Amino acid sequence: MGRYILKRLISAVPVLLGITVIVFAIMAMIPGDPATAILGSYATPENVARINRDLGLDKPLVQRYFIWLGNMLQGDFGRSFSLNRPVLDEILERFNATLILAGTSFVICAILGILAGVVSAARQYGLADKLITFTVLIGISIPSFFLGMMMILLFAVNLRWLPVSGMYAIYGGGDVPDLLRHLVMPALALAAVATGVIARLSRSAMLEVLRQDYIRTARAKGVPEGRVILGHALRAAMVSIIPVLGIQAGFVLSGAVYIEIVFQWPGVGRMLVDAILKRDILLVQGGVVFVAACYVGFNIAVDVAQSLLDPRIKT
Amino acid sequence: MTLLALTRRTLIAAATSTLALGAALAPATAQTPEGVLIVGQIAEPKSLDPAAVTAVNDFRILVNLYEGLVRYKPGTLEVEPQLATDWTISDDGTVYTFTLREGVTFHDGTPFDAAAVKFNFDRMLDDTHPYHDTGPFPLAFFFSAVKETTVVDPMTVRFTLSEPYAPFLSNLAYPTGLLVSPAAVEAHGADFGRNPAGTGPFTFAEWRSNEAVVIERNDDYWGDPAGTDAVVFRPITDANTRVAEMLAGGIDLMVEVPPTSLGQFRGEGFEIVEQAGPHVWFLILNAREGPFADVRVRQAANYAVNKEAIVNDVLEGTAEVAAGPIPPAFAWAYNDALAPYPHDPEKARALLAEAGMEAPEVTFYVTEGGSGMLDPVAMGTAIQADLAEVGFDVTIETYEWNTFLGEVNPGLEGKADMAEMAWMTNDPDTLPYLALRTDAWPDRGGFNSGYYSNPEVDALLEEARTATDQNRRAELYREMQAIVQQDAPWVFVANWKQNAVTSDRVGNFTLEPSFLLHLQDVVKN
Repeated sequence: MGRYILKRLISAVPVLLGITVIVFAIMAMIPGDPATAILGSYATPENVARINRDLGLDKPLVQRYFIWLGNMLQGDFGRSFSLNRPVLDEILERFNATLILAGTSFVICAILGILAGVVSAARQYGLADKLITFTVLIGISIPSFFLGMMMILLFAVNLRWLPVSGMYAIYGGGDVPDLLRHLVMPALALAAVATGVIARLSRSAMLEVLRQDYIRTARAKGVPEGRVILGHALRAAMVSIIPVLGIQAGFVLSGAVYIEIVFQWPGVGRMLVDAILKRDILLVQGGVVFVAACYVGFNIAVDVAQSLLDPRIKT
Repeated sequence: MTLLALTRRTLIAAATSTLALGAALAPATAQTPEGVLIVGQIAEPKSLDPAAVTAVNDFRILVNLYEGLVRYKPGTLEVEPQLATDWTISDDGTVYTFTLREGVTFHDGTPFDAAAVKFNFDRMLDDTHPYHDTGPFPLAFFFSAVKETTVVDPMTVRFTLSEPYAPFLSNLAYPTGLLVSPAAVEAHGADFGRNPAGTGPFTFAEWRSNEAVVIERNDDYWGDPAGTDAVVFRPITDANTRVAEMLAGGIDLMVEVPPTSLGQFRGEGFEIVEQAGPHVWFLILNAREGPFADVRVRQAANYAVNKEAIVNDVLEGTAEVAAGPIPPAFAWAYNDALAPYPHDPEKARALLAEAGMEAPEVTFYVTEGGSGMLDPVAMGTAIQADLAEVGFDVTIETYEWNTFLGEVNPGLEGKADMAEMAWMTNDPDTLPYLALRTDAWPDRGGFNSGYYSNPEVDALLEEARTATDQNRRAELYREMQAIVQQDAPWVFVANWKQNAVTSDRVGNFTLEPSFLLHLQDVVKN
């Protein structure tokens, strides 16, 4: 097992290096530069050159790449010019917010999705199955940002049950209940699509397993139906559900970008969008590398979890 | 298929009924505390160091924390004393001597004096200054004419300019001229932007990243104390969310309300405030090559575009039709004898025929959005249709804002015949000087991307810049506007009216023509 994990970790190194090259190249190639973004209407060639010199952007590309990579390996992600603070401070703070949001969403979609899938499969073609299948279809079909806006209009603007946006109340907030009140809508909006996907796949995975001979045997032996479903079938179905969970975890993380903008959640997705528009090169590069590293980490964790459940996968 | 159609219909029904519900239910009790004004901003500020920032969004906070030697007289773009009580200008226009206000201290207790003023300008302009590295200072060139800042005595400071430069005073009134506490810069270095100290009616309290900047009343302020205990600036980048927060009572004041959302605030509980500002939205025409090299074709374009329809329908009345290169907000320099080009397709066709142009082909650069650009895609499409009606064959190319600037600023030659552009400035000199002179062609470091050139205009602008008498300057600008309107290097389209919405708990709020947000007098019940 240890060797397997180590192998996977080593294989992640070239992936991450490749990502640094790609994100650096993209930021170098896209038109528009930070100096123009800072100066706007006043971007005369002379002013642009001055700002570029101040930001260290007048050096050759290759040299800039290795300076950046070298600094990053030592834990120095540089300073964001648009926020005037260290990139790493900003990323960690923002990533914390994204993790709370995406993590909650992920827990919601995993629990609800698997539950819905299991119930659906156990009661195939029954009323519960039909209701769930229909709801799931709606969940998958509505774009999350639209769902988010509709939730804001209904629950915040009209009913005034929940705050419109932000992570904490501006005044007198900051505790856990306050956080939860702000978290409900974005977490649900973000979880909607993933819940649907997981429910569908769990349903078909369960149906697949429920058709197997050993399930019929278990039932014939008189094992209680609850144990058949949860003990025998679900455990086997999990092998095909877990990779989907891994993919959906990534989906929730990237879907957070829209939700963070709609709900003004101070997360890493909103940070990246702002940073791209402002051509804040170091912040974009640092943010993307950080998110990519997390993604890679997720995938390794999922593979490991899968190999634990299914010994055949271990190599 | 049936199921899908049903779902779609259900969705639309659900959305409509939610919106209808919104209209039906009156706003309930407000949530924000008394005496604390919560302002919805459009973005997180970059820094609270006035010398380091360029965005109006940041200026809106800064003008409440800091003050300059001079400021814009409320309701105008004319300069009046603030931390200076008085000043004299030498006859040749190169020496400005300011007498400073007594008894003013910075929020950190540092006394305000001539040495503090000198520190501020040296920090920005002198590469060898020990705190020059707290920059970069992108707008330092506003003061590039300053050769030397001298402390005459503790309460008198003198600026020596390398050449006469009439916009100097209004540049001092711009946020880049706001004065910071030298001791605070020395204490915090590059982090001064997060630990600001000025002399203004509010002091800095805290900055929670991506959540809020909080400022509180300065009880030791030299002038009238602020009307609120505190002001909270919340960055809400998404316009729809900002509108929802305003409707839900989460903020008391929002700026830059999207034109299409204004209707939601016409009614009880809210007040809409509008103010025309120093903004021009125009089309740069490529006068070097192609159809617009002929002045008749440029005039034809001005006659062809239905500006009334654009400001009333596309912009929903949030702008006015522009007549020339200087916006009416600069009342003292504006030539109100000039009427905008009327919408006259017949005249446009006649001019095109006269110029021998049959269906001239035109490439039109449009941006997706950007500072002061209003609704550029919808406006660009409307303009394309208007031009097509008189015979132009217009092809639109759309670019994201920074990409767009990268294409337009180096000049349109060989690429396009026409491009959208908008400017907000603080002096009538700025835009014409940087974008209409022959010496402002892109290859000479300016923004005259359409290569307009008229020696008469050049001479008028040079003279206006060196004249120290405001009446003389005004005369020169008026003459320049008449010539430029006739030469039509641009299609003059719109002057934006800045807007804001306040809840009915907010009193004494006004918008300034400078687009700055002075909140000193505002009260909240």
